[in-house]
Order: sequence, then C-alpha cells, then structure tokens
Amino acid sequence: MSTDMMSKETRDADLGAPVLKIEKLCTWFDTREGTARAVDGVDLELYEGEILGLVGESGSGKSVTGYSVMGLIDPPGRIAGGRILLDGRDLTRLSEEEHRRVRGKDIAMIFQDPSMTLNPTLRIETQMIEAVRAHEACSTAQARRRAKDALDMVGIPSPEERLRAYPFELSGGMRQRVAIAIALLNKPRLIIADEPTTALDVSIQSQIIYELQTLCRETGTAMIWVTHDLAVVAGMADRLAVMYAGRIVEVGTTKEVIEQPGHPYTRGLMGSVPMHETRGRRLARIPGATPSLLHLPQGCSFRERCALADKACTRMPELAQHHQAQSIRCWHPGETDR
Amino acid sequence: MTDATSSLPRRAAKKPSRLAMLTTRFAENRLAVFGLFLVVLAILAALFAPWIAPQNPFDLATLDIFDSMLPPGSTGSENGLHYLLGTDAQGRDVFSSILYGLRTSLIVAFSSVGFSMGIGLVAGLSAAYFGGALDAILMRIVDIQLSFPAILVALVLLAILGQGVDKVILALIIAQWPYFARTARSAALVERNREYILAVRCLNLSAPRIIARHLLPNCLPPLIVIALIDLASSIAIEATLSFLGVGVPVTKPSLGMLISNGFEFLMSGSYWISLFPGFALALVIMGINLAGDHLRDILNPRNS
Amino acid sequence: MTQTPHLALVPGTAPAAAPAPETPVILEIEGLTKSFISTPGLGGHIANLFGAGIKRQEVRAVSGVDLSVKTGEIVGIVGESGCGKSTVARMLAGISNPTGGEIRYRGKARSKMTRAEREDFALSIQMIFQDPYASLNPRMRVRDIIGEAAVVHGYVTRAEMPAYVEDLMTRVGLAPDMADRFPHQFSGGQRQRIGIARALALKPDVLICDESVAALDVSIQAQVLNLFMDLRDSLGLTYLFISHNLGVVEHISDRVVIMYLGRVVESAPTEELYARPHHPYTRLLMDHLPTLSVERRTHRPIAGDLPSPLDPPPGCPFNPRCPLATDRCRSERPALREVTPGHISACHFDDTSSAEIR
Repeated sequence: MSTDMMSKETRDADLGAPVLKIEKLCTWFDTREGTARAVDGVDLELYEGEILGLVGESGSGKSVTGYSVMGLIDPPGRIAGGRILLDGRDLTRLSEEEHRRVRGKDIAMIFQDPSMTLNPTLRIETQMIEAVRAHEACSTAQARRRAKDALDMVGIPSPEERLRAYPFELSGGMRQRVAIAIALLNKPRLIIADEPTTALDVSIQSQIIYELQTLCRETGTAMIWVTHDLAVVAGMADRLAVMYAGRIVEVGTTKEVIEQPGHPYTRGLMGSVPMHETRGRRLARIPGATPSLLHLPQGCSFRERCALADKACTRMPELAQHHQAQSIRCWHPGETDR
Repeated sequence: MTDATSSLPRRAAKKPSRLAMLTTRFAENRLAVFGLFLVVLAILAALFAPWIAPQNPFDLATLDIFDSMLPPGSTGSENGLHYLLGTDAQGRDVFSSILYGLRTSLIVAFSSVGFSMGIGLVAGLSAAYFGGALDAILMRIVDIQLSFPAILVALVLLAILGQGVDKVILALIIAQWPYFARTARSAALVERNREYILAVRCLNLSAPRIIARHLLPNCLPPLIVIALIDLASSIAIEATLSFLGVGVPVTKPSLGMLISNGFEFLMSGSYWISLFPGFALALVIMGINLAGDHLRDILNPRNS
Repeated sequence: MTQTPHLALVPGTAPAAAPAPETPVILEIEGLTKSFISTPGLGGHIANLFGAGIKRQEVRAVSGVDLSVKTGEIVGIVGESGCGKSTVARMLAGISNPTGGEIRYRGKARSKMTRAEREDFALSIQMIFQDPYASLNPRMRVRDIIGEAAVVHGYVTRAEMPAYVEDLMTRVGLAPDMADRFPHQFSGGQRQRIGIARALALKPDVLICDESVAALDVSIQAQVLNLFMDLRDSLGLTYLFISHNLGVVEHISDRVVIMYLGRVVESAPTEELYARPHHPYTRLLMDHLPTLSVERRTHRPIAGDLPSPLDPPPGCPFNPRCPLATDRCRSERPALREVTPGHISACHFDDTSSAEIR
C-alpha cells in the first residue's frame, strides 16, 4: 500500500496493518501504600504516517504508556498485562537485549528535555555516528553523511558546523532539534514524543511541530505525541486519545474530539483552555483535583468531579463507539451538563 | 517515569512522617544498624564507666603494683579482682582504662564537632547568603586552612597551646570548622536561589531570620553526615595527637594515650596493653563510619 | 488615596472590568535597567597577563523599560525566554536591585522614600512564583509558611495567627484543617494556593505573577486563574501578570506589554492589541500561538533563534528575524511611538513621518 501521503481521508478507506497495536496494556507500580495502576487496560492503534495525540494531565498515565512502549519501565513499575505489537511483534515478550535493539532503531523517543538524549561531553557528530552504528554496520563516513542529512531534515542551518559543536554551544531549541534528528537517524517505524515542545518558546514550538508533522507525512513514520496541552495537538494530530486516571476516556479523529467532545472530562479540559473567546469570563473549570491512583472511586474514575454523575456511574463504563471513529468511556456520552 | 512515580506519593492522602520513613530506610541496612549499635554501646560504656569498670584506674589507692603486666584473664594477688583484659605497667586494669579512656575520647570528639559545626554553619550560611566581600574573605581563610591536613593544623596549635583536654578541643575546633563552613556554604548556595528563599525575601523578613528559619533547616542533612564522619576523624586525630604526646595529659588518658603507654611493651610480648585499646578505638570509628555512610545514602535527595 | 480595606469582603466596590482612565496610577517605572556585569576577577587578571584577553562583560537583561499600572488593572507582560520579563518582576518585588531607572509607587519615587515608606512599599508588592514545588519551604508547616511574615511585621499577634491563617486558607480555597501539614502533602494546584495565601497575608496592593500558572495542569490552571479574578474583585488587587502564553494573558489582562530582548516593543489595551497587532514580533507570536482549532496550520519558519543579549544586533533588536527588515532597521533602533491612543509600538514601519519607508 502507498505509504507516502497518508491523509485522514485515505486512512479510513485503506487501513492496512497497524504499525503499533496496544491491547489491554496494564502498567502498574508497586508502592509501599499499594499498587498504583498507572496504566490500566489501554487499547490503541496507530497506522503508517499517522500522528496520535495522547492527551492527559499529570498522573493520567500518558507518559507511562509511552515509556511502556519504549520498554523503559523500571521497578517498582512493571507491565502487568496486555500486549504491545509493533508490526505484529509483541514487545512485552522481548528480552532486555532484544528490546535494546528495537529501541533507537524501530522506535525512537523524543523527551521534553533534550539533555535526556544528548551527552554534554561529546560532540554532536560523535553521538550521532554512534547512534547509527549501534544498529547498523556501516563506515564512519557513511554514518556521518546520514547524520548530516538528518540535521538537514529537521531544518538546522549549516549542519556541517553543528556536527562539530558540543550540546552546550547550541540554544535550547537547537538542542531539541538535534535530539529529534537523532530520533530520525535510523528511520524508525514509530516515534514517541513526550511533551517535546513544552520547555520551548512558542515560536520554536510551532516550527518543531511543523517539521515533525511534515516528516511523518513524508517518511510514513507513525508518531505518538504525548502532551497535557490540547491546543498543541489540535492543529497537528490525526487522532486524539484522552487519558484519565490510567484509562482512555475518549478517542477519535481530531475533528470529532475537538468539535464534538463526548466525555465530560474532555469538555472540561477544553473549557479550561484560556483563549480569545474566554476573555473576561470565568473558565469552565473541572472541580477538584486528579484523584490518587491508590484511592480511585469505584466505577467511573471521573464521577466525583463530574456534573453528570448518577447511580449508573458507580459501575465502570466501557469504551464504546459513539460516532464513526469516536469512542467514549462514559454512561452519558455527549450529554451536556445539567 | 516522572509522570507516575513522582506524582503518586505526593497525592497519597496519608503518609508516614519523614522521620519514620528515614528510620525504616535506615533499618534496612544491617551493617549500618550494627554500626549504630557499636556507637550507642560506646556512648553508654563511656557514660556509665564508673559503675561498669571494676576499678578506678585513676585512684592510686586501688592500684596494686604487684599486679602490673598481668596477662588477660588473671586474678589480682591481693584484691581478688578479675583482670579481664590484663593490666599495664602500673597495675591498672586495661578494661577499666579503656572505659575511662573512651570517656575522654568521646568528650573531646563530641564537643569539638559540636562547636566546629556551629561556627562552620554561621560562617558558611552567612557567606552564601550575603555573598560579596564577606564570602570572599571567609572562603579564602577556609581555602588556606584546607590546604593543610587537619592533623597538621592541630599539631602546630597544640605545640603553641600546650597539653590539656580543653586545648585539644580548641585545636580540633580550629582545625575542623572549615570543613563545615565549606559544606554549609555549598548547600546554602543551592538553596538560596530556590524560589522559596526568593519568596520569603519578598515578604521582607530580616536576613538573620531567613538564614535561621529557612536556609538552615534545608542545609542541615549534608551537615549531619559531615558531622558524623568528622566525629570519627576527631577521635582518630585526638588519638594520634595523644599517641604523639601532645594531646591529653597523662592524668586523663584517652584511648590514644593508652595505646601509646603500652607501645614500649608491645615487642616484649605484653601485647594486651596496646592491642585492646586499639581494638576499642577501631570499633568505635568503624561503627560511626558504617552508620554515617548509610545515613549519607538515605539523606541524599537524589536517592530518595 | 484611602487604602481599600483588605481581607474584608466588600462586593461591588472594586472595578469589575478595565478601570476608567481617571483611575490613579499605583505603580510606575521609568527607564528601568538591569545590567549584569562580569568582571575578569583575580584569576582572570592573572590569565590576562598571559594574554587570555578576558574582558569585562556587560549583559543588559532589561534596558530602559517604562510602564505605568493603574489601580485595579491587570497588566500582562509577554515575551520569550530571556526577554527580561522576569527580571522586571524581580526588581519590582524588591529581590533584585535595578542598575538604572526609577520605580514610583503611589507617586513617590523609591529613591526618595524613607526607610519606613520603603518597607511599606516592599510589603505592598507581593509575588506569586512559577514552581509550586520549589516556592514553599519544605520543612515548614503550612500555617507557619502563610502566617510567619504577618506576625513578624505585626499584622497579627502570634495568638491571632492561626485564625488569620485559617481565614486566608478559606479565601484561596483550601480546607483550613490542613494547616498543620507540610507542603509535600499537597498537590501542585493546592501548593500554588498556599503561595497565594502567603502573599495575601501581607495585605498587598499589587500581586506580581511570574509564570504562576505555567507549571500547572490545564484544569488546575483554570481554577487558579479564576481565583486570581475573584481576588481582584473582592480585594481590589492590581496585577502584573507575566507569562509566555499569549492565550492566558489575553484571557486575564486589561492591557498587554510585549517585551523583546530587554525592551518593550509594543503595548496596548488587550482587545486593541489582539485585534490590531502592530509590531512584527507581536504578529509572529500570535501566528504561532496554538489554538483549539482543527485546521491544519501552515507554519512559516522564523529565521534564526533569539539573539544573545551579550551581543545584541545593531538597530532594531528584532531585525535578524523580521520578515520586513530593511537597511534602516539594521542600523537605527526604532523608538516607541503612539500609533493610536494608548497603543504604542517600536517599529520603523509605524513611523508615518518618514518617507523612505513604505
């Protein structure tokens, strides 16, 4: 199937096999006070060239989902169940050594802080050449050419010069672009971007969003963009998944979720974003705070903060189809506040 | 895993107190608990020496010159005392001498560490908080002093001051306050630019108040560790000084003095006079280091 | 003017919307400047003997900022990292000393204040910080964090303090029975409320919010923004709201000031600024603001990064990144001009008197 231009419209007609399929993923953390189910039964699918915005507040499990796919869950955390299929291969069954080979080659990660990726004591070129040769036998010259092309691709001016630089000689935005170039080096099937633009200024943020979006369309790389900010992914992602307390509460195409949000939490999130229209008015806020994962209410985790909650909500709702590609985990989907 | 693990404990409704948590974590390391046991044992032995010791080694009336140089396990010829660890050249019970020697050693160590920590804290915190000339002058003094080993500084001072328990303590304070000043300053430099210090500066609180109420409690953990490690080195330095004959006077022997006393008989086969005080010294220092090392690990914010 | 009776709820006395033009100016700054100077030091002098060539360096974090804030007004200051907005905030809050310029509070210059007046001024301006995890002393109980300064400065006695703190906690939406707890037992949003209560304890007239909602989750951010609005209405507070987020600033502010590289480049009432942005930098910021719109955006890349304040470009500081830059922009720094009443902008393209441009 054609992988070049995978727009939303063609995807519905021509799905093919997903690049990533997450089934009933459970990632739990054993703490002194009990087991925290940071991710509790998450299902996701991602196709070639597709960008999925994974949205949630702190403690929602969005980052842990990303880390689980990367195989970066360390004790006291563990994958307690479910499957993570990358091109049909279950990543949860890989040994640490096999996982290491997948990481950086088939899946790459971009962190919020580029210093997670960059070693401050090595030149950019040393690190990039190393990253290429860790997964592929090729000459230093070949690897260097690949590194230069990658820097070119993320819009870094005079890449030849930047290759010779140390990370501290570059600005924050430039460092993040180098980190992205490193993620792209081995033409991964999937990129997991964990709030990669949160620490950057708006002007740099929008450029990086633009560049990554273009790259995914051109190379067919799938991407999960983990963020707490709906506005960042609204103009970029093909689909959105909203997480709350370890579960996906709403998933659908970006248009569906933004224009007709069905879950009360999604609506609350959107009403919380200050912008032109809210000027001078109070923000429609969600009352209370995210509950502790150790003391979740019985049934729907959101019910204690929800205006629609009633008796039905004491049982956990399933993620059910609401509108075409849109599914919602709620007993009162699409109902407006009473 | 910042998202999950860091936000979980914060949200937990009930949480054991910090002290309870530290105690639990401390108890997890058996060696450290053993070290703490040794230290507590040494402190108790020193405190209750007059009641535990079979003999007062400084009361000449209780000494029997005929009982001199008896090997461990002997019984006194006239007083019927059981010399568990033998006797020295004056007929003193080595076990009793160790208990009393421990007293002198610990008094010197605790008081010198206490005072040097106090001086070091005031100097280090003020230097960090005010900066500028005060910082420059204080830290140059610290630099100069730290370029000499503490034992050398103490040795020179004692050569000038003369013998005496109080003089040893004074020499140790002067030799060791720079370590505390430096640690306090570096901890305070980090803390002083944290937002909570900026926030109380906005509240227009006085500098002494900010230093004492806000800076000090947050700079304390590394200093407690330094104090523990320093306790061990104070005991060792005092022992060395006394061994060299410039430390405590003969009338108030410390562990180092006891080792020195028995040294001349070591080669003639009367090993016990030096060896047992040496053991006692080693056990105390080891105990402090074992407990101190582990405490450093659990107080390190990066590990918790 | 008479002091508003703070901490006594008087609904309806405070201006509900933007204050009228005749409202008195409460805070005024003129030519405010902050330079950081790094001298070579002793080591540097020695190295210079061997030809190291270490020079005295001057970084101008803020150069000549003018601003006046009316009583009850919310002024937003927007700019990217390194534009000097936080330095302005810290100088106003009194935790950083200006190297030039003057701060006037209720018409009185700070340099001419008596000791007592200066203390009064310092207490009247309080600051809310960015990081709710770093801005509270981790080893103090919430009661002491909030109440300490009020006791020290004699607002209440030690015996009255617990009740005073409970009242403040209720006011910012915290359960007063949590006063015995330590900061780590609270969530980020609650900690930010503790910080707000601590500032309110000194009955300030002006609150400076330096990125005060940037570290919070969206739903918590909305709660805190609403709290700020409520406090303005109930206590008649004046705000200086510093943020990199144009959306947040538009939501809350009456007037917005845009800063770039230590200078004000544009300032106008909020509606006017968002409807008719003048300065190319303001327009650029607005173009790149993420919004809740599903429309695919085509991003025009901006040339280059923020220039280093160590080596600011000659002429207009924005010229290396400006799509409209001309030769004049590269050589001559544009002055702030009034383009329409109340709307000022520093761009040569606003200069209608000059013929060479346009």
